[in-house]
Amino acid sequence: MNKYENDLTHIRQMMERSSTFISLSGLSGVGAGLVAIVGCLLTFYILGQHNIDYFDGKPNYYSYQVLWQLASVAIVTLVLALMSGIYFTAKKSKKLGHPLWSAATKNTIKAAAIPLVTGGLFCIIVTLHHLFYLVAPCMLIFYGLALVSASKYTQSDVFWLGMFELALGLFAAVFVGYGLIFWGIGFGVLHIVYGVWMYQKYK
Amino acid sequence: MDVPKIQIGTTVKDIDISNINKDFESRVRLGIMSVLMVNEWVNFNDMKQMLELSDGNLASHTIALEGKNYIEVRKAFVGRKPETSYRATVEGKQSFQKHIEALAALIGKG
Repeated sequence: MNKYENDLTHIRQMMERSSTFISLSGLSGVGAGLVAIVGCLLTFYILGQHNIDYFDGKPNYYSYQVLWQLASVAIVTLVLALMSGIYFTAKKSKKLGHPLWSAATKNTIKAAAIPLVTGGLFCIIVTLHHLFYLVAPCMLIFYGLALVSASKYTQSDVFWLGMFELALGLFAAVFVGYGLIFWGIGFGVLHIVYGVWMYQKYK
Repeated sequence: MDVPKIQIGTTVKDIDISNINKDFESRVRLGIMSVLMVNEWVNFNDMKQMLELSDGNLASHTIALEGKNYIEVRKAFVGRKPETSYRATVEGKQSFQKHIEALAALIGKG
């Protein structure tokens, strides 16, 4: 390799490294997916404890006690999923020798944050209106939008994960009453499938 | 003694060699320009991290690039800390693009 070739390679590398967040680990997806499935099962368990049949097709008016328990599960699930995501990604970036907190990381988070925060607030508003059946579809749709938006700054595969989440969210909005199942597929199964696939691809 | 330059069958590509820009010869400057081609404003610390440079090394090269009007510098306060950020000028982007094309042309020939 001569100097010119070296220079070009260097330019390409620097452009890519500075603009894309490549440390996103497939294991992060697997970890978040497993947490989501446990969260889902716990939700079923709590509903069962209160003798609520989620699939009876009737509009549900949950008591505040149930709502608080479900909200706690949701928050713990979110925190654990985030922690597993950050843990595996930090580990991978250390292995690659890239700084975790780079301009590319910031761009990725910024791109995802607007749809995510909007979606989170919207879900809380939906809950306040007692439209519980719309919470799962909304979460899936806004999460999908966040991924599509963030995919510009990270592995392009994230775009397709986002599209699947979006489609699933729309389906969930059509077939209301099965929100929890769609939620489990979107946040659990899809994350695990995607994570394993990514892990194989970028190993 | 002058060696006479004899060229037979010059092609369009030969013109590109004149675009090899001495200002971009150093690795560090190549790195700075590459980062600024794909990012808008990049602050000093992010740049330092990405290119794995020391403060002094980065500073001297950014001053040189600024002097050539290839990059522009913005100094702002984030809280109480001063923060310096860089952005490629239109001129800088054009010159660097030409440099990249010249490199590619040279490799294509060899």
